[in-house]
Amino acid sequence: MDAEIKKNLVDPLVDNNPITWQILGICSALAVTTSMNTALLMSLALTTVVALSNFSISLVRDHTPGSIRIIVQMIIIASLVIIVDQFMRAYAFDTAKKLSVFVGLIITNCIVMGRAEAYAMSHGPKLSFFDGLGNGLGYSLVLLIVAFIRELFGAGSLFGVQIFELTKDGGWYQSNGLLLLPPSAFFIIGLLIWVIRTFKPAQVEQPTFRIHEEINPQLV
Amino acid sequence: MGFLKKLFDMPNDSRVKTVLVAFLLCLVCSLLVSTAAVALRPVQEANKLADKRRNILEIAGMMQEGADVNELFKQIEPRVIDLDTGEYVDDVDATAYDQRKASKDPAQSKALASDEDIASIRRRADKATVYLVRNGDEVETIILPVHGYGLWSTMYGFMALEGDGQTVKGFGFYEQAETPGLGGEVDNPNWKALWHGKQVYDENGNVALQVIKGSVGDATPDPEHKVDGLAGASLTSRGVSNLVKYWLGERGFKPFLEQFKG
Repeated sequence: MDAEIKKNLVDPLVDNNPITWQILGICSALAVTTSMNTALLMSLALTTVVALSNFSISLVRDHTPGSIRIIVQMIIIASLVIIVDQFMRAYAFDTAKKLSVFVGLIITNCIVMGRAEAYAMSHGPKLSFFDGLGNGLGYSLVLLIVAFIRELFGAGSLFGVQIFELTKDGGWYQSNGLLLLPPSAFFIIGLLIWVIRTFKPAQVEQPTFRIHEEINPQLV
Repeated sequence: MGFLKKLFDMPNDSRVKTVLVAFLLCLVCSLLVSTAAVALRPVQEANKLADKRRNILEIAGMMQEGADVNELFKQIEPRVIDLDTGEYVDDVDATAYDQRKASKDPAQSKALASDEDIASIRRRADKATVYLVRNGDEVETIILPVHGYGLWSTMYGFMALEGDGQTVKGFGFYEQAETPGLGGEVDNPNWKALWHGKQVYDENGNVALQVIKGSVGDATPDPEHKVDGLAGASLTSRGVSNLVKYWLGERGFKPFLEQFKG
């Protein structure tokens, strides 16, 4: 049992990471990683939601009619997201304002739905909880790495504290504006996947097709 | 409890159970959501108010690090005015009046024809909230809400004027979604500082204050009316110029500002 919990917690960090291996939850990862503050709050929100939704969905799984299965999952997830959003607006107002719609969009985040459908519907509440927690932490890990790079090199700061003195304030560092735009997160995540797959060749997918050498029709 | 046991014993795909499960789930979830919303509302409202007040204080240059926002805001007097006549309106509670909401309500706003809508705001509320700072009887600072379209977003901000209704004391936006690093530099403190001391109206009473292309140098005519443009953000700069022209003009706060002219 404990080995199972440990596996659920540790596996999604690198081996089965929701972003770099399952390629889920990309859009929010692009949007909220301009600063460490927003990335941390978003990670916290998503981890809470996915752990609790996995737990609750698993609790009611034996009595969920198959015909309204997805609706039941959505209601539970949506309720949790609203509650988390309300808490953030009350206790982390400034950062929550920057996250704007992205907290609400956790409802449609593929990681949450994916874990509910793939794991919580067929496992007990305790295991499901740790599976959600593990996946949330895996998502958080990638988010924080991306945000670290983007904020440090894009704005020269970390958690809003200036690390590199910017040229516009008379310092030496010319900030890279591209890193503050969404496409940069795409590049960073892409490079991250490359690095992980170099060290873990098991994650490299088989090509779906192969290019043949050219056949000269005149010879056939 | 007997009812719940009966429910649990039913086969999952029976119609009655489907309806009952859906109903019970919605009931539980709605209870949780509404409890959270109701219990946290006072804290959230206080946050929102403090945030708006902090913006006003910052733009008027009255914010002190570490001081209590609500305490500082006591020096500021919110008043509602009628934009067409420029008169104070006393039957509207200035702390409760929401200009942004009003500008969406046809009963409290009017649609703008395309030739007069230079700030691209489509509708303008009939009334506006202004914030006054008094020194004795004398009005020392007048803080006006302004907004207009930049490149990607409607930018909301405040302009603070001296008591003469002519000299800029501070200017800034509290909400905008322009390109980070380019138009987003409207939030750059160095750029905002350029507005300080600029003159709004020329001798004929027209709005002359504007953002120009490039920077204001020795050769620039009337430098007291001009502010450096943002590099790489012509459209955002133009948006700022337009919204300044609109809100300080005839259809904006000009009728109201007349009374401060010495």
